[in-house]
This record gives sequence, structure tokens and C-alpha cells, in this order.
Amino acid sequence: MTALSDISVREGAISTLRRGLRLSPEFRAGLAGTLLLALVATAGRIVVPIAVQQTIDKGLGDAGSPDVGFVRTAVLLCAVAVLLTALSAYAMNVRLYKTSEGGLAALRIRAFRHVHDLSMLTQSGERRGALVSRVTGDVDQISQFMQFGGLMFIVSLGQLVVASVLMLVYSWPLALLVWAAFLPLTFALRRFQRLVSAAYTRVRERMGDLLSAVSESVVGASVIRAYGSEERTARKVDATVDEHRRAQTRAQALVAMTFPASEIVAAVATAAVVVAGTLLGVGGHLTAGELVAFLFLVTLFVSPMQTATEVLNEAQNAIAGWRRVLGVLDTVPDVADPGDGGETLPRGPIEVRFEHVGFAYPEGPPVLHDVNVEIAPRTRVAVVGQTGSGKTTFAKLLTRLMDPASGRVLVDGVPLDRVRFSSLRERIVMVPQDGFLFDATLADNVRYGRPGATDEELSRAMAELGLADWLEGLPLGLATPVGQRGESLSAGERQLVALARAYVADPDLLVLDEATSAVDPATEVRIQRALDGVTRGRTAISIAHRMSTAEAADEVIVFDAGRIVQRGPHADLAAEPGVYADLYASWMAQREI
Amino acid sequence: MPPGSRRVSPHVLREGMGVLWVAVKAEPRVFAVSVLASALYAAMTVATAQVLGWVTEHVMLPAFRSGHTTAGALSGAAAAIVGVALFKALGVAGRRYYAGLMQYRMQARYRREVTRQYLRLPLAWHHRHPTGQLLSNANADVEAAWAPIAPLPMAVGVVFMLLIAAVSIVATDAAVAVVGFLVFPAIALLNVVYQRRLSPVATRAQQLRAEVSEVAHESFEGGLVVKTLGREGSETERFAAGAEALRDANVAVGRVRGLFDPILEALPNLGVLAVLLIGSVRLESGAMNAGDLVHVAYLFTLLAWPIRALGWVLAEVPRSVVGWTRVRGVLDAGGSLPFGTDGLDAGRAAALEVSGVRFGYEAPGGDEGAGRDVLRDVSFGASPGRTVALVGPTGSGKSTLTSLLVRLVDPAVGTVLLDGVDVRDVRRGGVAEAAALVPQQTFLFDDTVRGNVTLGLELPDERVWEALRLAQADGFVAALPGGLDTKVGERGATLSGGQRQRLALARALVRRPRLLVLDDATSSVDPQVEARILRSLREAQAAEGGGGATVIVVAYRKATIALADEVVYLEHGTVADRGAHAELLERSPGYRDLVNAYERAEAERDGADGAGAVEEAVEAVEGGEGAFR
Repeated sequence: MTALSDISVREGAISTLRRGLRLSPEFRAGLAGTLLLALVATAGRIVVPIAVQQTIDKGLGDAGSPDVGFVRTAVLLCAVAVLLTALSAYAMNVRLYKTSEGGLAALRIRAFRHVHDLSMLTQSGERRGALVSRVTGDVDQISQFMQFGGLMFIVSLGQLVVASVLMLVYSWPLALLVWAAFLPLTFALRRFQRLVSAAYTRVRERMGDLLSAVSESVVGASVIRAYGSEERTARKVDATVDEHRRAQTRAQALVAMTFPASEIVAAVATAAVVVAGTLLGVGGHLTAGELVAFLFLVTLFVSPMQTATEVLNEAQNAIAGWRRVLGVLDTVPDVADPGDGGETLPRGPIEVRFEHVGFAYPEGPPVLHDVNVEIAPRTRVAVVGQTGSGKTTFAKLLTRLMDPASGRVLVDGVPLDRVRFSSLRERIVMVPQDGFLFDATLADNVRYGRPGATDEELSRAMAELGLADWLEGLPLGLATPVGQRGESLSAGERQLVALARAYVADPDLLVLDEATSAVDPATEVRIQRALDGVTRGRTAISIAHRMSTAEAADEVIVFDAGRIVQRGPHADLAAEPGVYADLYASWMAQREI
Repeated sequence: MPPGSRRVSPHVLREGMGVLWVAVKAEPRVFAVSVLASALYAAMTVATAQVLGWVTEHVMLPAFRSGHTTAGALSGAAAAIVGVALFKALGVAGRRYYAGLMQYRMQARYRREVTRQYLRLPLAWHHRHPTGQLLSNANADVEAAWAPIAPLPMAVGVVFMLLIAAVSIVATDAAVAVVGFLVFPAIALLNVVYQRRLSPVATRAQQLRAEVSEVAHESFEGGLVVKTLGREGSETERFAAGAEALRDANVAVGRVRGLFDPILEALPNLGVLAVLLIGSVRLESGAMNAGDLVHVAYLFTLLAWPIRALGWVLAEVPRSVVGWTRVRGVLDAGGSLPFGTDGLDAGRAAALEVSGVRFGYEAPGGDEGAGRDVLRDVSFGASPGRTVALVGPTGSGKSTLTSLLVRLVDPAVGTVLLDGVDVRDVRRGGVAEAAALVPQQTFLFDDTVRGNVTLGLELPDERVWEALRLAQADGFVAALPGGLDTKVGERGATLSGGQRQRLALARALVRRPRLLVLDDATSSVDPQVEARILRSLREAQAAEGGGGATVIVVAYRKATIALADEVVYLEHGTVADRGAHAELLERSPGYRDLVNAYERAEAERDGADGAGAVEEAVEAVEGGEGAFR
């Protein structure tokens, strides 16, 4: 399994909510209290209609001689009720923000950690940026819903319920009449909401296209400049921008429809109430105050209807966002840390053994077939072969960035998947070809290999690698900022920093995957010599296109089409006809003028 | 100063109105229609209350008092209510649709402008700004800048509505009007206080949201490093610090919102109650009737909701100003690469002359001290059809020099001449037509193989295949399921590094450039394939009789250097020596060291077997390493 879990994509909204709440108990803390406050805050909405009814029926009297004393008491009581309502709304808001933000921060952090725990294959299988939005945009969407949409939903529902109850108290025929007017709208809105939701999905898809296009124009700036394709890129971006705008406008047109619909329905309901209420009043079944109160109560129905599609849509987005976050958490890391149950290896030179190891990338052909190899402690091994022969796969299995499909990898006789990550990462370090650097100083980046290393230790490590001259040439030395992704440095310089970073980590097995491919030969030889010295007490495996690495190694492993075809010291392999001799010959040919 | 770090001035509200004015000027018609619709909505809202007051006084109450009513009165009342609502519905639909239209048009307009500006601004500017920041300028900041447009017509309508309401209430009863004149200004004032309080906390939350996103982006992008060094724990701590700060900021926003929202809702309700109290007193003295009371009370209820729109606009204003400031920062960024008007001769290999060039990168954030001169006083030339190799140790400025040659950046001092013309005087697009650079780091677009090779040029497939053949890419492209039409995925994700590099090479070759610049363009290709590429380049060059292209190649390997007629040896950003390979071997120790490094290492190894010299060297290093451990 390499893709993020999508089992949850098919699950229902309720079960996503239930699972989400179970996984984040923070959300449930004090939920009952918050809901109680919400109920009080909602009930407050019917204070005004009651006040109107009481004033008209009892305060004004029939004879047109108002009972001002009664009105004063009623108004005061109602004012107190309004203030209490506001107070509980404030208390509810604060509680809601506190618990929801607390829960969301925890969810964010958990999802972030989980992304790092996922296997390299799962991580690289996702579109760039998709994982980032799991811990940013998707979580924000949940928060938006919880604090606005969700709240609105609860309040609106409560508002409809209390208004209906009061209506029933005043006059059940009129209440039924109001319901009869609004009920068809509720059903229409549900159907309508599907259209709105589809329109918004389209907006998001177009947004994705837009972002990719803009991102290409920024990241590929130098290629665009070098080939003069600014106009073409601009047209491409313009097209996505306009597509996005069109989708937005369409969605807006749909949403705009819900407002006039509810206005007209409300007017029809009001007119019906006036006509029927007057007739009922004539028959003595209703007071004037009750009828006027009904007019106010009808207004309570309008805003929930107007916001219903948007709230429902937001709810759907939030559920979808939550589902995506849960999708990350649901994905079981296929290269998992055995944790406390795993073994901790004592420090010292590492012995590696591959037993019948096979590997295929998901939905791809096998790239390694029945690899059997033993690497003795303290040896320096070079791995060579043509592009696509399985060298890098070998390195990734060796460092447990991936697990083999068949067979097993053992270090010091212990199966690799039984070794605790804390021990494994301390003892085995790989330097990949693309030396990713963080946007910090050079010192910070090297120190990443060993937190707590002092600047003197870092300088000494650089000197040991023969990089003192280079370091001196930098204006700020170790304090030089490397820029985003290290882009203030050249590709070769980035590789030097990545190498130094692994070097200070001081592993027992160092795996270099084309780690000096962009470095000049003199520096490469210097580094190699330094590494040879320090790796004498440990095991080192280098993958390289440059045969100089093979020449310097104790032993060479030659890959061809996913198999180890040759093995032995450079001198022996170079002498016998075969894959290695061919590779070596073309290398030597390049060295001649 | 990067656009992101500009502070919001205390006059946020005034600036916010300025931003909105920009939008109004840009889309006057759409704005006018939406405001008209909004005014219609406003007028009809007030009318609704008046109609209900009238119906109460003249239809309902008489019926209740007299015990009978007429069908005519009832149907008249119903028709009046529904009729007003129809106009109100028209107003609300028009307002929402046109407000949205205006907002989306402004967003689209500025997204296009910002991206075009990115494409216009020099690479030196790009180097100073993180990718994430540029993306959010074009996305989130543009969106934030125009966010207040959506509720704006509503807010204008509300102002209008308040005016009509005021007239309507005064006309009804002056004493009750006093309540209105207390409540409505109070709501307006409260909104201003609300906005003042919200502005700083909301801005902070917005900044923290961007920071959290940046940390996640960088951390996931460096995922392999995090994994191989087992740093997941410390990365999570780094992220958690940001996420927790964001949580606190969001709670702070919540406190402000949570306080003001209920007050804003309670005020109109208190107003209704006051109206009831004063109204009953006025009723007693016969100054107003029950219908008037219902009318005014109902008006307060109707106004309670729309009046909040003022608050929404004001709440969006700080975000809008921040977003707009950032967008302006991009649009106002100077230092665009100016172009001249000169054309370049077509049809023969280019002559290149670099003289006295100095160049230094400006450090991000404009910190001058951190910048360094990457190139100093660099001069060399290449006559048409010749091949020059740039050789030098890591970090000696070779890549920077290649980007000067095709005018990705301009030198601080000195000139780059193509066919005797300063590249700064060449018309837009002229250099790109003459020269092609294959950079060290390959960038592929999310497009087909063909699209990535031609980059929009109308070229027959034969030309594309020919270029792929020269770049040794024809084999794997032919094996792809869709051939030339195969999509390569985001950044060419479906291809290996070596394959990507060969496509980038074909991209340059298909243009038959007169100046070809190769910056270590075969580093991800294995030696056998590289040998074939070099051979086919040499053959193509020979077939053109040396008249095909002038080639500048960054190289370490002797086979590549062998292609060159001349070698320029760079050290610490200056030309340390130049001449034929053999001459440099003779007189330049640095060059000798560099190109003979492998042979020397080999010789040392062979010699060391007997002499134990390496053992000694190793002892020395191990001593140091022991102490380090």
C-alpha cells in the first residue's frame, strides 16, 4: 500500500464525524455545556415576538388605553432576557473557539507527524502540496465549519424549533400554514444544495489547475526566461484564471438564487398568515397580538433558509476535509517503526546481508530479482550499473526507506524491520543525490545531522572533509544563509553541505547515493580520501556513475537489470569481460583526450 | 524590503476604502448595478415594514375589533406583501450575483497581473523571494485584497436602508425616532470598535497561518532528509510551535468575535423593546397608532440582520489591506529587465564576447553584508562555431556565468556581447531565439514530451525526433505509452533524473541555437549514454562544418573538455587561466589538480600499497575523527 488511504472516501458523513470526534477527544470536552449555552442563546430569539404579542394584547388593551405599567414590566423582563441571551452567546463562543482550536491544533500536529511517519513511497506518491494542505487548508476548513457553519447550523435548527413551538402555542393552524409554506423550500434546497456542491467542487478543481500553473511559472522561471516562453506561460496561466473565474461565477449565480426564493416564500407565508390569521381572529380563535407575533416569527424562518445551502455546502467541505485528514491518519505506515518492541543495535561496524531480496514499485515491473549479498563490516563497497539497473532501490532497501517485496535484509544478523527507528537512523545514514537544505544558515544545516554540535565541532568536521578552503571562501563562513532549499549555493556546494551533515551524524554505515555527482573531481577525491579514512572503522556503500569510486573501493557490486551480475575488487572485475569492464571502458574513454 | 514584511499602518480603514475604490474604478458598471440592486433591496426592506404596519392598522386590527373583514381587504393585503417581496427578491438576487461577479473579476484580473509581473521581473528578484511567498501573493493575497467586495454593495445598501428607515421612522413618530437615532449610531460605532480590536489579532492569525504552511511545506519537501537522519521528532516540535501559536491567535480572534457578535445582535432587539415602551406611552397620548408601532418594531427586526453587513466589510478590511499591500509590492517591484531594440544576425553561429564581468547575488531580505561577488572581472570570448569549456572547482561561479551568457541575469559591471551586440540592447525574445541554455537542474513542465521539447514552437515531429536522437532520448520516448504525447507529470515526476536531463537537452537542440550553453547537463546520465551524447553532438557539429553553433560547456570530464577548442579555467569567481587543454595542464597547477584528480588518486593508491603513505594520512585523519567523536 503506497497511496494514502482512501477507504474513508466512501464512508458516510455521520460516520466520518463520529470517527473524527473519537480520534480527537479534545472536541468533545465540555460539549454538553456549550450546547446548553447555544440553546439559551437561541431561545433568546423569541423574546422579541413574545414582547410584541404581550404588549399588543395586554399592554394596549382593547379600548386604546395602554397599560404602560404592564408594558414597562414586560419590556424590562424581556430586556433582561435579551442581555442573558447575549451573555450566554458570548460564553458559548469563547468555549467553542477554545475547544475547537485546541482540538484542531492537536489534529494538525498529529497529522503532520504521521506524514513524516509514512513511507517514502507513500510520501512521494502524493502530489506536491497535497500533503501540505492536509495539515493546513483541510484543517482550516474544519475550523471554519465548527466556528461558523456548524454553529450556524445548530443555532438555525434551534431557532426553527423554538419558533415552531411558540407558533404552536399561539395557534396550531397558523403554525401548520407557515410550515406548509416553508416545507417545499426545504426539500427544494436539499436538491439545490447538490447542484451548489457540484459547482463548488468545480471551483476547487479549477483552483488546483490555477495553482499548478502559477507554481510552474514561478518554479520554472529560469527555463521560461532562457527559452523566451513568457507569453506562452502567461497565456496558460490566463486560461486557468479565467476557467476558475467562470466556475466561481456559476457557483455564485446558483447560490444567489436561494435568496430570492426564500424571500418570496417568506412573503407568501406572511400573506397567508395575515389572511388566515385575520379570518381566525374574526372567529375569535386568535388575538391581535398573537397574529402580529406571528409576523415576527416568520422572519425567524428566513435567515436559516437563506444560509442553508451555504452552510450545508460548507459542512460538506468540512466533512471532506476531515475525511482527507483522517485519510492520512488512517494510512498505516507500510514501513513501520517496531517501536519499543524492536531491537536496539549496539554501536560498531555494521554487517549487512540481503537474502533473496526482490522488489517492485507499486503497479510496476520487478526492479530487483533475488538479490543475495553479504557486506562484511568495515568494508567500502561501490555499487555500479547502468541507469535503472536497481542501484538506488538497493540503497533504499538497505536504509529501510522501503521494505522488500520478498526476502529480507539483515544488519548484524537482525532483520532490518525489527530494528527500532531511533537505533536504525542513528547507525545507518544515507546521503541522497539531491542534497535538500533547509532555509537556514550553513551551520544549522550541518548541525541537523547532530543537534547540539558546537560551531567548533562543525568547523572541524568541515576541515576533516577537506572543505576548510571552501568554507573560508564564503563571506559569512558557517553563518552563511543557504536560502530556500539551499538555492543560494550551487548544486555542488549543496552536496558538500549534505555530505557534511551526514558526516557529523557519525553513523556506522554510510550510504552515498550519487552524493558527489555535481562536485568537481579534485574536491570529490579529497572528500573520498577523508571518508576512506574515517570509514575505516565502519562500513560504507557508495553508488556512483563515476568509476573513480569503484576504483577506490574494497569491493565492487555490479547491478544489471535488477540482478547482481558481478562482485569483487575493481582490479579483478576490470580484467574480466562483462558489464563492469564495459562500464569501465566508457569511463576510461571519457578520461582521455 | 520583501512585500510580506510591510507593516499595516494604523489608518487601516482609510487604506481599505482606497483598495475598494480601486475596484470600483476598475468595474464601475458592475458595481453600479450591484449597488442599484442593493438600493432596491434596501428600499423594499423598509417598504415591507411599512406595508405590514399598514396591514396591521387597516386590515387586521379593524377586523379583530369589528369581528368581520372583507375578501377585498385581505387580498389587497396579501397582494401588497407579495408584491413588495418580489421587488425585494429581485434586489437581493441582483446584489449577490453582481457583487460576486465584481469580486471574481477583480481576483482574476490581479492574478493575471501578478503572474505576468513574475514573468517580467528579473531572475535576481526571483532569487530574493521564496517560492511559497510568490504563490501566496498570487493566490491568498489577491483573494484577501478583494474579499470585502462581496459584502460591499450590501453595506452600501445598508447605509441607504438606514437613511430611508430614518426618514420613515421620523415620519411616523419623532419620539420613537430618538430610539432609532440612539441604536443605529451605536451599532455603527460598535462596528468601528469591533474592527479596531479585531484588526491586529486577525492580522497576526493570518501571518501565523502562512508561517505554519511554510514550515509544513519545507519539512515535507525535505522529507527524505528528515527520514534518513531520523529527525521526525524535532520537525514535529518545530511544526507544533507554529500550530500552537496559530491556535492561540485564533482563540484571540474568537474572543473578539464572540464578544461583539452577540452585542451587535442584542442592540436591535433592545431597540425593539424600547420602541414598545415608548410607543405604548405615545399610544396613550394618541400620538401614534398600533400599526405604527408594529411598523417601527418590525423595521428594527428587519434591519438587525443586514446591518451586520457593515461589520463584515469592516472585518475583512484589515486582511484586505495586508493582501493588497503584498500584491502592490509585487506589481510595484522595480528592476525589471529592460530590453533594447536590436536584432541579432540569424543563420550562423554566434560570436560571444564577455568582458570585465562582475556579479554578486543579493542576499534574501536585502542584507547586503551576506551577499558575495560570485564573479569578478571575468573576460573571455568564443568565435563563431568554436567550443569553449568552462572548468573550475565547485562554487567557482560556472553556473552563474552560464546564466549571464543567455541573459537570465545582468552583470553588475562589464558586458556580454553576442555578435558584437550588448545583450541588454537586444529586443525582447532576441537572446532566447539565438541562445539555448541547458541548466544543471532540469525543470520539466506538466505537459507532454512534445510540449516540453518545443515549448510552444510550431515544429514538425521529425525535428523533435531528431533532437531527441541527438540527446539520446529517442529510445525511451519511443517506449513511452503515448510517445511524444505522453504527459510527463508535475515537474516530470514520471521520468528518471537521467531521462529528464536528456529531454532538457533535446529542448535546447531542437531550436538549433546559434549559441548552445551546457551547464553540467549530463550529470545524471551514466557514462555510456553520456559518451553517446557527446559523440552525436560532435558528429552534428562536424556535419555543420563547424558552422552550427558556438558551444559553451561546463565540464569536469576530459571527454567533454576534449570537445572544446579552448578551456576557461575559473577559480573563486575569476578567470585563473585560459587556453588549450594541453597548455593549461602545463602551466596551471589548479587545473592540473582538477582534471587529473582521478589519475592522481589512482597513482597514490597504487603507490600506497607499498609505501603506506595513505595509511599515514588515514592515521592523521582518524586522530581528528576520534577527538570529534
